[in-house]
Formats: sequence, structure tokens, C-alpha cells
Amino acid sequence: MPEVLKAPLVVEFPFTRSLGPVQSAFLTGLRERVVLAVRTSDGRTLVPPVEYDPVTAEEIRDLVEVAPTGTVTTWAWNHAPRRDQPLGTPFAWVLVRLDGADTALLHALDAPGPDAVHTGMRVRVRWAEERTGAITDIACFERYEGSPDGGDPAEPTGHTGEFDDPVTGIVARARLEYTYSPGRAQTAYINALADRRNVGERCPSCRKVYVPPRGACPTCGVATSEQVEVGPRGTVTTFCIVNIKAAHTANLDIEVPYVYAHIALDGADLALHARIGGIPYDQVRMGLRVEPVWTEGARYPDHYRPTGEPDADYDTYKELV
Amino acid sequence: MSKEPVAVVGVGQTKHVAARRDVSIAGLVREAARRALDDAELGWADVDAVVIGKAPDFFEGVMMPELYLADALGAVGKPMLRVHTAGSVGGSTALVAANLVAARVHGTVLTLAFEKQSESNAMWGLSLPIPFQQPLLAGAGGFFAPHVRAYMRRSGAPDTVGSLVAYKDRRNALKNPYAHLHEHDITLEKVQASPMLWDPIRYSETCPSSDGACAMVLTDRVGAARAARPPAWMLGGAMRSEPTLFAGKDFVSPQAGKDCAADVYRQAGIADPRRDIDAVEMYAPFSWYEPMWLENLGFAAEGEGWKLTESGVTELDGDLPVNMSGGVLSTNPIGASGMIRFAEAALQVRGQAGEHQIDRARKVLGHAYGGGSQFFSMWLVGSEPPDA
Ligand SMILES: [Zn+2]
Repeated sequence: MPEVLKAPLVVEFPFTRSLGPVQSAFLTGLRERVVLAVRTSDGRTLVPPVEYDPVTAEEIRDLVEVAPTGTVTTWAWNHAPRRDQPLGTPFAWVLVRLDGADTALLHALDAPGPDAVHTGMRVRVRWAEERTGAITDIACFERYEGSPDGGDPAEPTGHTGEFDDPVTGIVARARLEYTYSPGRAQTAYINALADRRNVGERCPSCRKVYVPPRGACPTCGVATSEQVEVGPRGTVTTFCIVNIKAAHTANLDIEVPYVYAHIALDGADLALHARIGGIPYDQVRMGLRVEPVWTEGARYPDHYRPTGEPDADYDTYKELV
Repeated sequence: MSKEPVAVVGVGQTKHVAARRDVSIAGLVREAARRALDDAELGWADVDAVVIGKAPDFFEGVMMPELYLADALGAVGKPMLRVHTAGSVGGSTALVAANLVAARVHGTVLTLAFEKQSESNAMWGLSLPIPFQQPLLAGAGGFFAPHVRAYMRRSGAPDTVGSLVAYKDRRNALKNPYAHLHEHDITLEKVQASPMLWDPIRYSETCPSSDGACAMVLTDRVGAARAARPPAWMLGGAMRSEPTLFAGKDFVSPQAGKDCAADVYRQAGIADPRRDIDAVEMYAPFSWYEPMWLENLGFAAEGEGWKLTESGVTELDGDLPVNMSGGVLSTNPIGASGMIRFAEAALQVRGQAGEHQIDRARKVLGHAYGGGSQFFSMWLVGSEPPDA
């Protein structure tokens, strides 16, 4: 069996987030080097703050400032920091209960090694140089031996969360990395396309020919293996005329309007989708007979063009529409 | 043992808009949930379980958002479930909640669905650049437009039918304060003059992109007896699925849709939906889906659905009003869209639909579909409880 194809697939989007009143105050506070908590009706102080009381479900908006110093409640050593993590060198993930808070905040602790970290150790916020109103405005935590009484410069100032120019939204980047494999059946199909041949698979039960093949029949639920070459000619079963340029980078060089068609290749039992060229867009019709047009080195036909044959009779393809 | 009858005693939704920049996702769902509880005159403590639905996580990029929404929905210490069936999810979420009541697992269930489309990548979150595959050429409209052309060919419907639906739905939306699009100056001529995006689909025949949430409170007979306002009773509910693409798939009238409707009608004792059902709130993201679904749901014979639209039967004052709320064509927070259909059906039979209330709303169908016409969910609600 030929080797199954594999390729990296990276999915990455910048997502926007509207913060709402509580997260807006929290992140704006970080920009101003103020850590804000929210007070629940039973007097607990939550950092990071939430919008709704976890116990009573009531809306909570009573913002109070807590200290930028606190105590590690638990931790885990990160031997090999990954892309976009808070520190580039090995560090500890820590839960820190800030002084004045009843809950702990997750962040990074800069420490020379795991021996230098312990539950109960005193830490303080190390602020980022550039702050924008994001959790990364706290660069990390660091060890702190100063005394909380006696004129500590880190003493909270009683901020209540009112700011000029608050941050109301953020951009959260999400990135996922996969290794993608199309599997055995599609690998064979893709390899055959390199020779400009369309090779599908026939279901042993219902005898339908699938192009591209999936390795199993979706209706019968049985594996398929019998290879069948179909096309290269086919019939336009239905289509639309695309008048707007898609934002997708792969489509940027396609001029609108263009025809996006469903094409039943001769011998296939369902239509594939492709662009029609070599004919004015307003003359494309259901039943038009077409053939693929290849460009050098391409993995797929660039488009399909009319063969010049008479149109197929509707009854010959209506089951495929 | 027979099933427990299920009643809708509270309905709440947000005013759907293009972008709700003033609230977080938690704030958005909270608003709809609070309104549903207020409608039911219940508090958080009266709810036994929460069932939530939304479209794929990658729309907003929050993985498993239900986990962080538990506080906002008063679900702490209670069972909370997430349902996931693409665009039909709002409908199937309501049905999962209803089944919990019908099975007597819980007495009162809060069900909710949402989408914050303004913070999402609905388009490309579903169209990833898969290696070795030819990139998608046309987007969502391009996916559905060829099926609309196939319907026009099969039925011989005149080109104008799509514009009649859009004109009707946008006018209905003007009577619904929660609808996203309020096009006060809409005319049929404007719809027909709007640009062709994916010929045969015009701009005005497509749905908007909305931020919104919808919630319902479902309860048993005991809960219904205490209800502050008339309840809506579930008379039948069903879900069906089929593959997106398979040899023999009928995109114009999918088998799964027909089977789903037949199951609902069997449960509710509906012999002739056209005669026995008073109105339909259906998931039509493109106007042409109204006549297509009318046939799929059995309100018209194959190829005849467009005649109901053309003759005015589906108008708000017609014999079978369709999409009284303004429909998906006027409001589309994707994950919530199915539940908005179900909720509108409930509002109508409760007599609580306000300006877009129809007369004689005794039995109303709510319908949702999703994916590449592969998931279907529907319920029929009535003003009277089901026969014992
Ligand atoms: Zn088969």
C-alpha cells in the first residue's frame, strides 16, 4: 500500500472579545497597575473577578482593590516553555492568593529552578513595561520578602474600578497545530489526480461510486476498496454565479462573476464542485457537458470548460441534483 | 408509563443586533435567561438543570464556553449539558431539555442558545485550509445557491418567489421588537433591485449576522399549573440526521427532514399538516427555503410550495403564516436561531407574540436545520395540553 499522505495544518484566528463591565475594569486596572477583585454578597473577595456570584447566581459589581502581593497556594514546574507562554525560560505555573483575596489567580512565577518554589512562599506582581489592558500586563510573579506592614509601597489605594478611557474589548489569538492526513482512500485519489485521472471507489453493497472516495460508504456503512476511474468529462447538474469576491486568500486571483458548479463526472454517483470557464458566465446552464482544464503542476483541474457536446437530458442527471 | 407532558412557561430573548459590544458572552446569555425566568415568574433556585447550545466553538474561539457560563446561568450545583448540532442546535437543545422533563428526570429546566457573531469567525472557522484539498470557492451562500436553482428547475417556480418571501419576512420583523433587521423603508422593488450575490440568491434574500441569545423555561404539569401566563404545550418533538453528502442525497427536500416532520406529526396526531397546523416558524436563512421547506414539511405537494408563498397564504394575515417573527432572514445569531424558531412557536400559542401575534394560533410548528442540510429538529406546540 502506498504511503498515506500527511501535512501540517495550522488553524489560527484573532478573536475579538467584548469584556462587559467587570472584566473591563479588571483589565483596565492591570493597565494602571491596580489589581481589582469583586466582592460577593456573603463577603468573599474573588480574583480574577467574575460577573455573577458562583453561589447565588446574583449579578455582582462591587469592585475592590487587592494587593499586588500574595501567597503561592500551589504550583507546577514548566520545564520547556512553549510559544506565547509568559516566560521564555523554564518557570513555575502558580496559583497566587493575593493579599485581601479569597481565591487564587493563575500566572507564571519567575524562579531559578523548582527548588526555589514552594507552597506558601510570598510573591509579588512584576508589571510589564508596556501595558495595554490584558492579563499579560502582569509579566509574571516574583519572589517577595518585603513586609506587608511598615509602609509597604505595594499597599492598595482603595481603587473602586472607575477609570478614564477603559478597555472594553481585547483580541484573543487562538492557534491550533495539527498533523493532517487525508487517509488511505483520499491519498489514492490525490495520487491519481497527479496523473490527471479521477479515481473513485465503488460501494460493494449499493454499487454507488464515490469521487472523492472516503474509504467507506456513508449510506451503507461498509468499507469500500474497489477502484473505479470516472470522467474526465461530466455534466453540470446545478450551479450558481458568484458575484462577490470571497475573502479567502485562495480565491483572490479569481475574477468575479464566475460560475461555481456541481459536476457529475461520467460514472460517478454524486457531483463534485468546481469552477466553469471557457464560456460566458451567463451562458452556463444545467446539463452543460464539461471537461477539466489542467495547469502545469497543479494538484486539481483549474476549472472545467464546455466539451461542445449537446447538453445532457435532464432525466439523465436529475437524480444527481 | 406515559411521558410527562412538557410546558413552555417562560420565553426570553435579547434584542438581536449586529454587535453587542457592551456585554461579555456571559452578560449576553444572562440577559435572555433572566427574561425567560421573569416571564415565568421564577427565580434561579426554581431551575433544576440547564441545557445550553451554540454553534461550533471555533466561531467565537471559546472552547467549551458552557463551563464558564455556569455562574451566569445559575447552574452551579446543578446538572448542565451542552448540545451541539450545527445550525439546528437551538432546536435540538430545546428538545434535549424537553426530554429531561418528559422523562421526569427534572421538573423545571432552563434551556438557552446563543451566538456572538460579531466576535466570531463563522465563515472561515468552518472553511479551514485543509491540506491537499481544493479550497472552497464560494462561501455559505455559494453552498446553498445551487440547491435553490435545482428547486427552481424542479418546481418551475417563478424567479420572483424569493423576493416575495424576503419582503414578507422583513415586514414581519418590523412588528417584532427583538428582530435584528428593522428595515422601515423596505419595498418589494428594493428587494428585487438588490444585487445578486450568488445568483439566484440576492443580497436582500440572505440572513444577517447577529449577536443574540434566546432562552426558555420548560416544566412539567405541576409547574404549568403554577404558571403565571398561559403555557405552550409540546405536542411532538423529533430530531433526525443524515450525511452532508451521499449518493442520492436530495438537497432540495432531504429525507431526514421529511422523516423528522413525520415523527412529530405522528406524536401529535396530525393527519394533514396543512389543515391541522395554524402557523410555521421555520429556519430559512435564504428566502427560497420557505417554499422548499413547505414541501419538505408536508404543507404542500412536491413542486407546489411556492404557490402558497405567491398566493399570500404565508403572509402574517394569511391562512398559514410562516415566520411571523421575521425569521432567520431578519435575525441570525446562528446558535440561537433554532431556539428562536421554537420560542416563536411557543409565544404564538401562548398568545404572547405581541404585534406579530396571529389569530387562531392553536398549533404552531417550530423548525430548525443545520450543517449541510444534515441535522433537523422540530417541535409542535399547542395551546392545549396533549391528550392523556
Ligand atoms: Zn453503499
